[in-house]
Amino acid sequence: MMDKLMIVEDSLENVDGGFAFLGRLPYYRGLGLSMVEDIQITVDGEAIARDDVRFTVRGNTYTLDQMETVYDDRWNFGEKATITALKPGGLTPGKHTLEFAVRNRISYLPFVPTTKCVKDLALAA
Amino acid sequence: MASQIKRGVSLYSFQNETFQGKMDLEDCIRTCAELGARGIEIIGEQSFWGWPEVGVAQADVDNWHRLIAKYECVPVSHDYMLDYKRYKDRPMPFDEQVASVRKDIDFGAALGMPFIRSLVSIAPEVLVAAAPYAEEKGIKLLTEVHAPLHFDHPWIIRMAEAFQKSGSPALGFLPDMGMFLKHYPRVWSAKFRRLGVPDRIADYIEKAYDERILSEYVILEVQQMGGTGPAIAMAEVMRHNAAFEPRRMLDYMPMIHNIHGKFYEMDADYYEPSIPYDEIVAVLNRGGYNGYICSEYEGNRWIEDAEEPDSVEQVRRQQVMLAKLLGESEVPALKAAA
Repeated sequence: MMDKLMIVEDSLENVDGGFAFLGRLPYYRGLGLSMVEDIQITVDGEAIARDDVRFTVRGNTYTLDQMETVYDDRWNFGEKATITALKPGGLTPGKHTLEFAVRNRISYLPFVPTTKCVKDLALAA
Repeated sequence: MASQIKRGVSLYSFQNETFQGKMDLEDCIRTCAELGARGIEIIGEQSFWGWPEVGVAQADVDNWHRLIAKYECVPVSHDYMLDYKRYKDRPMPFDEQVASVRKDIDFGAALGMPFIRSLVSIAPEVLVAAAPYAEEKGIKLLTEVHAPLHFDHPWIIRMAEAFQKSGSPALGFLPDMGMFLKHYPRVWSAKFRRLGVPDRIADYIEKAYDERILSEYVILEVQQMGGTGPAIAMAEVMRHNAAFEPRRMLDYMPMIHNIHGKFYEMDADYYEPSIPYDEIVAVLNRGGYNGYICSEYEGNRWIEDAEEPDSVEQVRRQQVMLAKLLGESEVPALKAAA
């Protein structure tokens, strides 16, 4: 659910050491960060390593490994998190194909769902 | 005789709009009030950012009470989750699960809720252990009986026995009407067809569903018809959904305190093609049910790939249907936008 809404339109930008965009949790509720098992980013077919992903909500930034033991913060329903990919030089201006996948551990589900969104986003020159 | 059943809405119904910030809490509550659906149910952590890990500001709780008063609505249920898989490397200990339920009891009480909803996977022992605290706070813990589970399933029977043995009046059930799935929902079928399921296979699955053929046989038949991927998934849905009997609720009537009015699609004639609400309301009336039926629109996730869901219109149509089935004389209507 909410697959198409995961990547926030017009949010792609270059930042110090890489690029970033705004991402939303594809779910009808929020989730404690320890239950976000993985965030996978692929840009123009190139996968970003897990260690090179940063997740930021309300000014708090975490690596994915750190998030696994964060029990006092969450990704709220519909909340726009800043998803940063460390990639020296960032992206070139123009259009890029961005894939954003999130794998969650959901207590009541008998499987571990991964939801993916693919969008073409333009990076302003 | 007019029914004693009351109308409400779970704000879950508006998730597509609230997720995108197109509706806020006040928009949701005002919409329900205009439709005469005075009972308000929420998923606490959907309607209140911060719950449970970070906590909720008192100002947000005050705002909830202000809105409930302003629109003359009634708090019905806080649906809590209890994430017992919070720790990747270990199960959540029993005492911590009970403490977590107590925390949600407190939150439900702070919102003025008579009920909080427990997911069906939460162990009955946890609920029994939390029950005395719920009684103290004037809250009932209602386990949501939801497909693929149903009132004849051994897990539910075990749960009912544990509740009855405890003797606590704070333990009960909240059935989700999706378990009475009379026909394969059209919006599900349409989605699978968009994913590439050939019409001959999709038509077969819908017909097999109506003939009540065992899901395993249908899956095999679809494989033999050459079905792969989405075709198998379309048949596998039958493992998790079935046309259980609404009258099975009658055995549990004294323990049923809230109802999820699940629906996948309301057509322009105010009819839900897959869930038999006429039979359901008749059974509830026969059982003397006098609580709320809260609309729970879940068609959104089945159509969002093809069209923007219009949750308000879908809820309006279901409320029109419910008002008619309940013998109300007025037709629920939204106020024209100012």
